[in-house]
Amino acid sequence: MAEVRNFTLNFGPQHPAAHGVMRLVLELDGETVVRADPHIGLLHRATEKLAEERTWVQALPYMDRLDYTSMFINEHPFVLAVEKLLGVAIPLRGQYIRVMFDEITRIHNHLLSIGTQALDVGAMTMVLYTFREREDIADMLEAVSGARMHGAYYRPGGVYRDLPDQMPRYTQNKFKSADTVRKLNENRTGSLLDFIEDFTNRFPGYCDEYETLLTDNRIWKQRLVGVGVVTPERALQLGFTGPMLRGSGIQWDVRKKQPYEVYDRLEFDIPIGVEGDCYDRYLVRMEEMRQANRIIKQCIDWLRKNPGPVITGNYNVAPPSREKMKGNMEELIHHFKLFTEGIHVPPGEVYCGIEHAKGEFGVYMISDGANKPYRMKLRSAAYTHLSSMNEMAKGHMIADAVTIIGTMDIVFGDVDR
Amino acid sequence: MSAKLEQLCQNLQNVLGDRIVSLVTALGQVTLVVDAVDYLFVAKTLRNHPDLRFDQCIDLCGVDYSTYGGGAWQGRRFAAVSQLLSVEKNWRLRLRVFAPDDSFPVVDSLIDVWNSVNWFEREAFDLLGIMFSGHPDLRRILTDYGFIGHPFRKDFPISGYVEMQYDPVQKRVVYQPVTIEPREITPRIIREETFGGAKQNNHG
Repeated sequence: MAEVRNFTLNFGPQHPAAHGVMRLVLELDGETVVRADPHIGLLHRATEKLAEERTWVQALPYMDRLDYTSMFINEHPFVLAVEKLLGVAIPLRGQYIRVMFDEITRIHNHLLSIGTQALDVGAMTMVLYTFREREDIADMLEAVSGARMHGAYYRPGGVYRDLPDQMPRYTQNKFKSADTVRKLNENRTGSLLDFIEDFTNRFPGYCDEYETLLTDNRIWKQRLVGVGVVTPERALQLGFTGPMLRGSGIQWDVRKKQPYEVYDRLEFDIPIGVEGDCYDRYLVRMEEMRQANRIIKQCIDWLRKNPGPVITGNYNVAPPSREKMKGNMEELIHHFKLFTEGIHVPPGEVYCGIEHAKGEFGVYMISDGANKPYRMKLRSAAYTHLSSMNEMAKGHMIADAVTIIGTMDIVFGDVDR
Repeated sequence: MSAKLEQLCQNLQNVLGDRIVSLVTALGQVTLVVDAVDYLFVAKTLRNHPDLRFDQCIDLCGVDYSTYGGGAWQGRRFAAVSQLLSVEKNWRLRLRVFAPDDSFPVVDSLIDVWNSVNWFEREAFDLLGIMFSGHPDLRRILTDYGFIGHPFRKDFPISGYVEMQYDPVQKRVVYQPVTIEPREITPRIIREETFGGAKQNNHG
């Protein structure tokens, strides 16, 4: 009789459905996955080690480059940790701006997650729609920070600058006619807040469009329902957080249970799943986008009514304004010390975890009192989720491995750090 | 200190008793330090005891304390630090254990207590060279296949020892010693607390 052996398949490191550079060694029995062994680290840049060699503020822009599909929210635990060590108070307006951009980023992330997951299982249309909205969000991020992706907008003590009064507009050139420009600028006539508000009014309609495409779609359900089921007990054991944990029916959200910034003043609901399969996690993400939209609306209302400072006036932490720096000796010294030597953070250790779009994103920071971190550890949700790949994919068909990678919502900048 | 944290500290005192090496509350967070001998037992107790119920291990990382405070560190060099979370009780705890031997750091693996530490322990082994006894699959995870050394140790230079390039003659990627000089743009400084007439804790 012929010998029957398991077949080992190398998936990646360059594979469009791997969401980055991951090598997945799949051991197959026919078409069934017997063992899945992800080999990661192909995008490892030693961010934590680099941060030890930079001052506290210089280390901040690395955070954007971790999860490069949801940028601003990555900076949040970092600045929270530094602020906690410093014991510095943040102006309320700064907190609202951060929360608003956290939620904008959450939508940004979930749009990519759902769009590419649909693309992976064969629904090409979805990603085209979600990227239409991602374009609007990229414009918001650009308007506020100057960069479409890597903003470095949050700073210890607040945010870098206030929201601009005018949304940047398209100008006429040889590629864009006056008519096109007028059309493109229709919702850009006011401030950035007007533009965001216009987006939040349109967005529920877009969500309905996505749901028409996917939620009752027979093929979508065939590919997702019952795939990658995780029981609540296993989800806790495997360290799941965020939509992955809620998809398994556990009501846990750091924003609700251990509120940071101004989340305790905002109204929103936490969706949870029932079955713990890929389809439930998709539904959770869909509802989270609607809830994020709700939070953004509340933030816009508050921000319109309450002007004020957005960054702390403590010059040991945040630089003085350019105007003051130019005219005042003491401010000039503060400015010089901050940009040559940086902040001095008192010795201590702190862990700050926030509800990132992918799960709990945390920064564990040890300071020995220097102008640089002594040790920084980044806890990324996707890393833990991916570590359960073997357990989730075992016994499924090889095509389901792609669905499972999609449902984990992994980004390799985040996993490899 | 909030009532909740006091409750947690009280419960920890009651349950663990003299197994606690230190129990500190700072910045609203509780840090528990235990001996390497008690580590596994304490972890199991933290998860199972009805007054504690730490059902999730959020993070585990290695720390190299050798240059802490500019060389002022007196204790052991390597520690494994884990961040625990109780979804049920809604509290957090930091658990630290120092590896008894600096030249060959070994601590027990927590993989049977919390399965989520699997890759965290592999990472701590890879980057800092801390061994976890009882881990079934302690391979390198983030560094390259065949990498030598533990890059997050404080005596490992930031530029590394080798660099990689394509060799057109051999038609493959080769390693060679690094050609870049490590440079420090902003020096690392620890100011004394009264520097420049500053009052202590002036970051109000």
